[in-house]
Amino acid sequence: MEVVREKIEKLEFKLISPSFMKKMAIVKVITPELYDADGYPVDGGLMDIRMGVVDPGLRCRTCGGRVKECPGHFGFIELARPAVHVRFVPWIIDFLRCTCRKCSRILISPDKIAAYVKDIKKIERQKGELEKWKFIKGVTKRCRTVSKCPYCGEKQSKIKLEKPTTFNEDRIRLTPIDIRERLERIPDEDLLFLGLEPLAGRPEWMIITLLPVPPVTVRPSITLESGQRSEDDLTHKLGDIVRTNQRLFENLNAGAPEIIIDDLWDLLQYHVTTFFANNISQIPPARHRSGRPLKTLAERIKSKEGRFRRNLAGKRVDFSSRTVISPDPHIQINEVGIPQVVAIELTVPERVTEWNKDYLVGFVKRGPTKYPGANYVITPDGKRKKVIPDTVDVILEEIKPGYIVERHMIDRDVVIFNRQPSLHKMSMMAHYVKVLPGKTFRINPCTTTPYNADFDGDEMNLHVPQTEESRAEAEMLMNVANQIITPRYGLPIIGSEQDHISGCYLLTQEGFTLSRSETSQLMMSIGQFEKLPAKKIFTGKEIFSLLLPEDFNFEGKTKRCRRHDKCEGKDCEYDCYVCVENGQLKSGAIDDRSIGAGSGKLYHEFIKFYGTERAIDFFQKVSLLGIKVLNMIGFTVKLSDTDIAPESFSEIKSILNNAEAESYMLIEKYNKRQMRAYPGRTLKETLESNVMSVLNRARNKVSKVVESHTSSKNYTMVMADSGARGSSLNVALIAACVGQTALRGSRINKGYSERVFPHFEKNDLGPGAHGFIRHGYKGGLNPFEFFFHAISGRDSMMDTSMRTPKSGYMQRRLVNALQDIKVHFDGTVRDSSGTVIQFKYGEDGIDVTKSDGGKINVGDIKNEVIG
Amino acid sequence: MVPKHEKLSKAKAKELLEKYNVVPNQLPQITLTDPTLENMEVEAGDIIKITRKSPTAGESVYYRVISIG
Repeated sequence: MEVVREKIEKLEFKLISPSFMKKMAIVKVITPELYDADGYPVDGGLMDIRMGVVDPGLRCRTCGGRVKECPGHFGFIELARPAVHVRFVPWIIDFLRCTCRKCSRILISPDKIAAYVKDIKKIERQKGELEKWKFIKGVTKRCRTVSKCPYCGEKQSKIKLEKPTTFNEDRIRLTPIDIRERLERIPDEDLLFLGLEPLAGRPEWMIITLLPVPPVTVRPSITLESGQRSEDDLTHKLGDIVRTNQRLFENLNAGAPEIIIDDLWDLLQYHVTTFFANNISQIPPARHRSGRPLKTLAERIKSKEGRFRRNLAGKRVDFSSRTVISPDPHIQINEVGIPQVVAIELTVPERVTEWNKDYLVGFVKRGPTKYPGANYVITPDGKRKKVIPDTVDVILEEIKPGYIVERHMIDRDVVIFNRQPSLHKMSMMAHYVKVLPGKTFRINPCTTTPYNADFDGDEMNLHVPQTEESRAEAEMLMNVANQIITPRYGLPIIGSEQDHISGCYLLTQEGFTLSRSETSQLMMSIGQFEKLPAKKIFTGKEIFSLLLPEDFNFEGKTKRCRRHDKCEGKDCEYDCYVCVENGQLKSGAIDDRSIGAGSGKLYHEFIKFYGTERAIDFFQKVSLLGIKVLNMIGFTVKLSDTDIAPESFSEIKSILNNAEAESYMLIEKYNKRQMRAYPGRTLKETLESNVMSVLNRARNKVSKVVESHTSSKNYTMVMADSGARGSSLNVALIAACVGQTALRGSRINKGYSERVFPHFEKNDLGPGAHGFIRHGYKGGLNPFEFFFHAISGRDSMMDTSMRTPKSGYMQRRLVNALQDIKVHFDGTVRDSSGTVIQFKYGEDGIDVTKSDGGKINVGDIKNEVIG
Repeated sequence: MVPKHEKLSKAKAKELLEKYNVVPNQLPQITLTDPTLENMEVEAGDIIKITRKSPTAGESVYYRVISIG
């Protein structure tokens, strides 16, 4: 195919002239009837076959084409009386107001006109189209106030627009005929001031005398099962127009009274208006017989269901599927569980060769209903044959190398799996098929983080690549294994979640032991079948080590590391230093920092040494180990997990009392004007920020106390300590004190004058009067506290629901603007025209996915090389 | 506050264009009227070397070609 390269310099939109309309039309539509008694389209009707055909079998009488060959041809309707085009009403009212009612000259005095022309030309040349429009708007605004025509001296009167399409001058109605007459009289040279290029059309064309009838192909009729025909909404609307138009013609010819004519004229205007847009606010929408509003021209194009967003920007695809997702920790991380009903419907084309003929014939033999079978066979000349019991024998007979069999999806096929919103490349990954019973897609819970999925009813999409190339490309570039490390900060985004972490954390605690049989049981259940070392009792750390390769080394800190001045390393008394030597976990509890999704350093190290393929298997086994450990020992949370020792109550009370006292002291200082304002802040703002920091400090202190008084043995604290879910702050919220509530970043300052509730004193600046909650959820909030909490809860909910779409759109615009920028081989970042954006990618030239948290650790590399 | 801007000599400029295999209009631009160029003897078409602090690389070099304001 020859590629034509032409640059589009500009597009011009002009008004369509009645003469052109007549020229492009093929038929004059004169009758509202569609079909004759035989069901054949009537000549001069709306379905006239000169305007194109939608019935198979008929031929277009203009071009002779059949259904898909004929592009359709326009017709026209001659209106008995002109009608106003709704979409041009804003222009028409401007034209009427700015021109003389008698001579139709623009209301600018002749001596000023030359200067205006010069100004407009100059502005257009120097500042562009947009500025010109603004200037013209100013001119028309000034014209409106002129009361006497500078040409003929006629007194001007106010013209009022009665929406949508009625114009009144001094309470006397201007008919479309009057308007058209006035517009016709406007000389070409005056059009410039009205913002209309004389070449782009005449203003009177905005009043419709001829209405183009879109081709039949634009408004195809459908034949229902009962054989009845159902016409398109546009055809219905055009039928209304033709019908009223004919009646108007007849009444005009018969010399009917003016009232009847005017009524019909108004009706015609209504139909013409609703033909263009059916949601004009001042008039009732035209309805179908069933009461459904008709979908006319404007509705076809605009909004989410319109042509742009529904049909052009987004299209439906073949070989895809969508269902609810659910978790299955027993399938591999790079697999996706697919229901059999889906596997039978989605097919993979496979070419028949000498060597796989018997294999593929097996699929064809089983047919479309028996899994794994085949739905279609494609012959070398491109014919598509459906495999059904009647055709199976014939197909089996003729099948030979060169044929293509569209066989059902089977295990290890490559598919692309996706969850919207697709915000980063990990939102679309290639998985291997695993056909499973059930009706949902199954994914390993470790892959929820990259998709940002959960199982509360989320649905995901699946696509089946149809060529060898696309399959290979998906497998090489989009494979789950290749997406483990995120290019955002260089740590594995696929890792263990929630229970996996709790389980491994409990397993690797000091003092956790299992008997040989229990260990054996555990290893069997996660699919690790290697021989156990000769031992009677296994510690948790030894069990974890069973999964590690023998030459694996790793050192890292845990989440609970207290950051002592001098790190004791693996001798850490709190067991906070993870150390793996030659595949043996020597010290440290395994937690979020080692194996968590988005933070697992141990996983990162594993990938560096053994590659992503092996890592996939390792991640899954570690995660499964966590789950199985929890199954074995039992894991639950209870309200009493948040119980704290009675003696700590007084401690918490005194912390809160002190904080309150401190804030009252600040308030007193403020009232006595002894406080110094921060630079750039008022005294009030300074007080607010001081009080808030005092109260927040108090809450943090309380949270520390709670942490020290809760047993780290209870399961709620295990989750918080290991980083599996929640934090010690959440526990403090429940057990002791909710703390300061915030409304748009500050203390709550709404409500009555100078106080939030009428129950407080005016100008009370104390903590309690502005939303400080000193109780915990479990102890119960008092009514004021409860209400404050509800205020901030509602505020933050509204905040998230408004911010998410905004930032989403922001992100979308950025992605669209930056999408074809790439890193070239010389390390520069360039756009599609070769223009340099960055001289070195990221200014340091480092690929984050291949670095240590965005940096290159020279020391490690040295140790590795020199040893 | 303002990173260091300096004019590249003709020879250096040629070297740069060869190094990145670009023509001047493929480089990022800076207008002649830019305030940073106020006290420099430059004309349109000259290449400016900008040395600035970078959170990732410590210090990074950037080049801009002067375009007519």
